[in-house]
Formats: sequence, C-alpha cells, structure tokens
Amino acid sequence: MDLDPLILSRIQFAFTISFHILFPSFTVGLACWIALLEALWVGTGKGIYRSLSEFWTKIFALSFGLGVVSGIVMSYQFGTNWSRWSDTVGNVLGPLIQYEVVTAFFLEAAFLGILLFGRDRVPRGIHLMAACLVALGTLLSSFWILSANSWMHTPAGFTIRDGRYFVTDWWQVVFNPSFPYRLVHMVTAMFLTTSFVVAGISAWYLLTRRYLDHARLGLSMALGLITVLAPLQIFLGDQHGLNTLEHQPAKIAAMEGNWEGGTRAPLVLFAIPDVKAETNHWEIGIDGLSSLILTHDLNGRVPGLKEFPADERPSPAIIFWTFRLMVGIGMLMLAVAVVHLVLRFRDRLYRTDWFFRVLIACMPIGFIAILAGWFTTEIGRQPWVVQGHLRTADAVTPSLTVAAALTSLLAFVVAYSIIYGAGTYYLIRLLRIGPKPLHDTGQPREAQSPKRPLSAAEPGDDHAITPAE
Amino acid sequence: MEQIAEGSLLTLIWVGIVGFAVFMYVLMDGFDLGIGILYPFAPTEEDRDTMMNTVAPVWDFNETWLVLGGAGLFAAFPIAYAVVLPAMYLPLLVMLVALIFRGVAFEFRFKAQARRHWWNRSFFLGSLLATFAQGVVLGSFIQGIPVEGRQFVGGMLHWLSPFSLFCGAALVVGYALLGATWLIWRTIGPLQDWCYRTAKRLMLVVLAGVAVVSLWTPFLMPQIALRWFSMPNLIFLSPVPIVTAALAYALWRAIDDGREVAPFALSMALFALSYLGLAISLWPHLIPPGVTVWQAAAPPETQVFLLVGMAFLIPAILGYTAYSYWVFRGKVTGAFGYH
Ligand code: HDD
Ligand code: HEM
Ligand code: HEM
Repeated sequence: MDLDPLILSRIQFAFTISFHILFPSFTVGLACWIALLEALWVGTGKGIYRSLSEFWTKIFALSFGLGVVSGIVMSYQFGTNWSRWSDTVGNVLGPLIQYEVVTAFFLEAAFLGILLFGRDRVPRGIHLMAACLVALGTLLSSFWILSANSWMHTPAGFTIRDGRYFVTDWWQVVFNPSFPYRLVHMVTAMFLTTSFVVAGISAWYLLTRRYLDHARLGLSMALGLITVLAPLQIFLGDQHGLNTLEHQPAKIAAMEGNWEGGTRAPLVLFAIPDVKAETNHWEIGIDGLSSLILTHDLNGRVPGLKEFPADERPSPAIIFWTFRLMVGIGMLMLAVAVVHLVLRFRDRLYRTDWFFRVLIACMPIGFIAILAGWFTTEIGRQPWVVQGHLRTADAVTPSLTVAAALTSLLAFVVAYSIIYGAGTYYLIRLLRIGPKPLHDTGQPREAQSPKRPLSAAEPGDDHAITPAE
Repeated sequence: MEQIAEGSLLTLIWVGIVGFAVFMYVLMDGFDLGIGILYPFAPTEEDRDTMMNTVAPVWDFNETWLVLGGAGLFAAFPIAYAVVLPAMYLPLLVMLVALIFRGVAFEFRFKAQARRHWWNRSFFLGSLLATFAQGVVLGSFIQGIPVEGRQFVGGMLHWLSPFSLFCGAALVVGYALLGATWLIWRTIGPLQDWCYRTAKRLMLVVLAGVAVVSLWTPFLMPQIALRWFSMPNLIFLSPVPIVTAALAYALWRAIDDGREVAPFALSMALFALSYLGLAISLWPHLIPPGVTVWQAAAPPETQVFLLVGMAFLIPAILGYTAYSYWVFRGKVTGAFGYH
C-alpha cells in the first residue's frame, strides 16, 4: 500500500474518531443515569442515591474530560485534512455542527462545573437542574452530530451549483432519511453500553462482597434497563437495515457478503469474501434467510455487489465481519437480559456468582458493538464520503503532504496512547476505591469541599468504610 | 469566486459573531492558559493547587469558545475554514496535542502521587505550546495566505517566519499577564503578592511586544500601512494607540495601588484594543491578502438558518456563563476544588 495523504488522512480520521466515540458512548448514558440518581435523591432524601451519584460523577468527569479533548481534535480535522469536503458541503453541514456547539457543548460545559464542584454552593434544586442540563446537552450533541453524519449517508434537501452544495430545505437536511434510524439506534446503543458498565462494576463489588447496598441498587437498575433496551435494539437495528437497503443497497450487499443478489438469498453465516475474484470462499449459508430478514419475504429480491460498478462498491472484507460482530453482541445482550429475568424471578439475582462473572466479562461489549457498528456504517459508504456525490478521494486537502500527514498521524497515536493508558489506570484505581459511605441524614455535609473525580484516590480518605452487611 | 452583495447586513452580523467568539476565546482561555504558563514559577506546590483550582470549574467551558470560533468559521465562511486550516496544519497540530495534554492534566494531576510532577509539566508545556502555536497562527495569518481558486496553495511550512514566531512569543507573555491578573483577583496572601510582582514585569514585556507588533505589521504589508498612516485615517484612528497608552498607565497604577479586580479588567481591555487594531488592519479581508468577507460568506439561506438560533442562544450562553462564574466567585483557598 502506498502511503499518500488520502490514506493517511483516512487512517487518522478513523483512529481519532474511534477514540473519541468511546467516551460519548459512555458519558451520554452516564449523564442520564446521574441525573436520575440526583432526582431520586432530591425526591426521596435517601443518602444511597446521593452517594451512588457522587461515585459515578467522578467517573463521569474523567471520561468527559477525555471526550472533550478528543472532540476538539475532531472538529479541526475537518478543515486540516478534509478541506475540499469543508468547502463543498460547508454550507450544509457547517450550521449543523455550529448548532451542536451552541446548543450542546455550552450547556454541558457550563453546568458540568456546577455538577462537579457546586453541590455545596448552590441550592439542591439547582444542582439537580445542572445534572439534567448536562444530560440534555450530551443528548443534543448526539442529535446534531448524528444528523450531520446521516446526511452524508443519505443526503437530501440541497442543490449543487458549481460543484458546491446549497440548501433548499433545512427540514429535509436535518431530518434526512437515515437520521431517525441512526439516532435511535445510536442512543439506545449508548444506554446499553453504560448499563453494561454499571452492571459489570456492581457485579464486581458483589462478587468481592463490597459496597453491597450500592452494588445491588446499581445492578438492579442497570439490568432492568438492559432488559428493555436489548430487544428494542434488535428491532431498531432491523428497521435501520431495511432503511439502508432502500437508500444504500450496495452497503447492504457488502454487509451480507452477497455478490450475486437475486431472490431467495441465503444468509451467509461464515465466509471469506474475496474482492479480486468477486466471490466468497468457504461460504456457509442458510437458504433464503437473508431475503427473509431484509424483505420479510422468503423469495424477496436482495441486491448483490456485482450489480454495482466496481468503482462504486464498498469492499465487504471488513464490514462483513464487523456487522456480524455487532449483531452477535446484540444477541448476547438479549441472552443476558433473559438470564437476568430468570434469576430475578427465582430471587437469586444477588447471589449467583457465575452470573456476576458473566457480567464482569460483558463490561466492554457495548463499546465493541458501537465501534463495530460505526466501522460497518462508514466503510460501507466508501468510496463515497457523501453517498453518491462526493468521493472520499476528492475530499482530502490538496496541499497536504505525506510528511505532514504522517507527522500528525503519529503524533495523535502517541498522544492518545499515553493519555488513554493513564486514564485507564486512574479509572481502575477509582473503581477499586468504590463509593463513599452513606450519609442518610438528608443534609449536605457542611464544610466538606466538593471534590473533583479521582481525588478519592488519595490515601487516608474516608472511603474505605464498607457499609455493614 | 461567487460573491455575496458587498455590505450585506447578514454577513456583517456573522463577522461580528465569529469575531466575538474568537475574542471571547482569547480572553477566557487566555487567562487559564496563562495560569499554565506561570505554573512552574509559582512559589510553592500548594500555590499550584490553588492556581489550578481557580480555573477548575470553568476551563472546559472556556475552551468551548475555541470550538465555537472554529465551527462558526466553518458554518458562516466555509472557504476560510477550508483555506486557513490547511495552511496552519502543523501549528494547529501542535496546538491540539498541547491542549490534550493540558486538558487531561486537570483530571490527572490530583490523582497522581509519585508522578505528579509529570502532570505539572504536562500542564505547563501544554499551556505554553498551545499559546505559542496560537500566536504563530495569528502572525502568519496577518502575513497572508496564498489562495488559488478555492484552495490554499502554499507549502506546509508557509506559516514559518520571524514575524509569526515573534507573535507566538508575544502571545505567551500576553496570556501570562491575563493569568497573573486573574490570580490577583482570585487569590490571597503570598501567592497574591507574587502575582502583583509578576504582573508588573509581564506588563512591561507585553507593552513592548504590542509596540513591536504594531510597528512591524505595517512594514510587512503596505496595505496595512496605508490603512493607518494615510489622511484622514491617521486622525480617526489615533484614539486606538492613545487609549492603549492610557490603559497601560491605568494598569500600572492599579497594580501599584494593590487593586484587586482592576488589573484583570484592564488587562482584558488591553487585549480588546489590540484586537480592535488588528481588525482595523485587516478589514474587509477574511483571508489576507486576497479574500474579503463578502467573497467568503456562506449563502443567505445558511446564514439565516443559523442566525435564528444564535439570536436566542448567544444571550442564553452569556447568561449562564455569568451565572456559573458567579457561583464560583470569591477568593480561592486550599479548601476548594481538587485535592
Ligand atoms: C453520538 C454522539 C457523538 C458523536 C457521533 C460524536 N460526538 Fe463529539 N461529543 C459527544 C457526542 C458525540 C458528547 C457526548 O457531547 C461529548 C463526549 C464527551 C463530551 O465531553 O461531550 C463530545 C465532545 C466533543 C467535543 C468537545 C466539546 C466541548 O468542548 O465540550 C467536540 C469538539 C466534538 N465532540 C466534536 C465531534 C466531531 C467533530 C465528531 C464527528 C466527527 C463527533 N464529535 C462525534
Ligand atoms: C462516532 C463514531 C464514528 C466512527 C467510529 C466512525 C468511523 C469511521 C471510519 C472507520 C471511517 C473510515 C472509513 C474508511 O476510510 O474506510 C470513517 C470515515 C469518515 N467519517 Fe466516520 N465515524 C464516526 C462518526 C462520524 C461522524 C459523526 C462524522 C461526521 C459528522 C463522520 C465523518 C466521516 C468522514 C468525513 C469520513 C471520511 C474520511 C474517511 O474515509 O476516513 N464520522 N469514519
Ligand atoms: C442484533 C441486532 C442489531 C442489528 C440487526 C443491527 C443493525 C445495524 C445496521 C443494519 C447498521 C448499519 C446501518 C447503516 O450503515 O446504514 C447498524 C449500525 C450501527 N449499530 Fe447496530 N444492529 C444491532 C445491534 C447493535 C448493538 C447491540 C449495538 C451497540 C450496543 C449497535 C450499535 C450500532 C452502531 C453504533 C451503528 C453505527 C451507527 C448507525 O448507523 O446507527 N448495534 N446496526
């Protein structure tokens, strides 16, 4: 593979966005969970809600910080590496991103300070409001950025003059055909991801017999949410796929590893797609199932890759697998939900060690599914950056040199490795230390200064007390 | 190049908004970057804790103005975004990486025990390099960016010049001054005394820097010389340097008299005037020397769509910024913030 600015920019974009998305995937769900706990605390005055909220707020702040710095990198890359893209579609996408900044980031950043440091400085109601506004901010930013991204998959509401895009209808731009599907699928994915982390940490405390009250509450709430969302996500994913079939059939053909297309298409379970020979090796399929899933009819017609000109097809090599990975994890999540229901009805939920181990092992699956899903979506759009209109190769900055692109790529890889390594290390330390003991009085602790995340890691703090069993 | 009607009110408003966002960024992140620059020189480690805690609740908020400036440029003047950013590829890279290390230092420093000095260094170097890179971007922007068609056509080192490097250094001192005067306002005791002394020294260097840049700029660009030194502009514009001198004197007195809030306010005013001077030099160019704001503006449908939201959102943002600063007002001592 020749190193040219295009491929380097693509690698850099894929690397930095994959890194960035890990944090929103977690913080969006977590912000909502914290807001819920704060509401329960204000509503009931039970100290456990507050202390659980304080614990997760520390973890939230750390993830949020990493999300902010990696996000700033993203917005500048549009101009530095993809200047042709910026110039061509700036009239359309610029405002969406601008709205994200003003509706979401300012809300998050302004009220985060109050959420983290303000507990003893503002009335309780205002503190709750800050928690809710931070959560709202993260959701709004998902809304706008996903709208922008969806537009590149299913562009609508524009005309082209002199090779540049001009908006004719903003409603169509924002609510472009794939946006509603992507938004609900992604937000559900984020909630699932957070739930699995909360469930896993709680299970770990239960397994090691620590913080039992906190852990039971966390476990119960997280698994409850998973039970609702896991089946929902499978349904939403199916709908999303049908929509993609309508608007980006080539992507579906590549995801399915389907070269020929036609009726009664098999669902390929295993295969090694061979792009040169335009076929699959070692294919194992179930007759007719692909047609059934995609058209809800055994004899339905599905597209094949060969129906598209060779220079307009995405390669199935990666996305065939990432798609299966995501769907597999979706099924696994459903299985966890079912097992949880069985245990709960038998009243064994807080006493089944092997299930705790399963939950601990499942902590990262949400993140993996999200990355797999995005790789499927984005690689499946290639060679286009704006589906059907602008090729990725025509979007890159013309003045960019190999040396500069390589420098920036390496710089980001090194910087992110250091930051990520340190971040994970501190995060694990925070988790080891666990939540603070209860203070059930309903009174804020006077004279206790608000603390920034991770600061609990200092030795000699009063966190080591375990609630009595 | 397609051109929006010259003098279009919409475009003017957008120039105002983007200019305002960039200016807010310079002021707000300016003082917290400045604190990073002063960091290793602070008398004691506890002072460093306090310094960091004065900005802990607001730093990421301050940095959001950077995103707003960038996104505003992208939305309202896409071509400027598509030309300026590639031209500044390497300095922007330095800035971004530096901001990453500086940003995480807030979270990491108070958790690290043995390795704490690493995050101290990361905070200092991150602040220093980010500031320097911003100054370089500013300097090379003033010098002009070659454009052909709708693309930047210079090399990857086009930004490198004595002038841009000088601007980088000048901005470092400028932000340090903002940081020191902010700390005068927010701290007490020996740390505050140290800040008074430091601010005074920094102020002299800043004034020298402003003077050099102001004289150097017209020499570099005849266009700019014409703007300032021809009649009748010379008379209309003379208040700019006169007011600057008056502000400098007031700042000097405020520091000497041990005033607490005035030094910060006056330093901000000094920045405002330098910014105004710059705007006068460059107007109506958005990408000097060739592209005017009218040529770079996005079409009206884009400008209007955004303006509808901005009309509500900018006041709201300013409102809750004020609220947030008010909640965290007052002197910061060891007991508050990170530990
Ligand atoms: C579905 C959600 C989602 C997606 C797909 C993205 N982001 Fe993001 N981003 C968020 C959700 C988010 C967030 C939840 O709002 C973050 C994460 C943690 C945080 O601090 O806010 C954030 C932070 C964040 C920040 C820092 C904001 C601040 O100053 O507070 C920037 C500049 C970006 N993002 C930009 C981008 C860009 C340019 C993306 C695409 C290429 C992108 N994000 C993808
Ligand atoms: C957040 C999760 C996301 C992930 C994990 C992700 C992942 C990727 C990957 C892996 C590619 C490379 C495809 C290839 O080159 O083969 C890519 C391309 C791209 N994505 Fe995304 N993406 C995400 C979100 C977004 C969003 C929200 C936007 C824009 C608003 C976006 C804009 C782009 C652009 C412009 C490209 C083309 C450049 C390229 O091919 O590398 N992506 N993305
Ligand atoms: C078994 C159930 C699932 C099905 C059938 C499914 C289906 C799909 C399809 C067809 C796409 C691609 C859409 C396109 O490219 O236009 C997609 C994307 C994606 N999936 Fe899934 N999915 C499932 C489960 C999951 C789970 C469990 C997660 C994460 C927890 C997840 C996260 C994502 C993400 C982040 C994307 C990329 C963004 C998007 O296009 O929405 N999916 N999914």
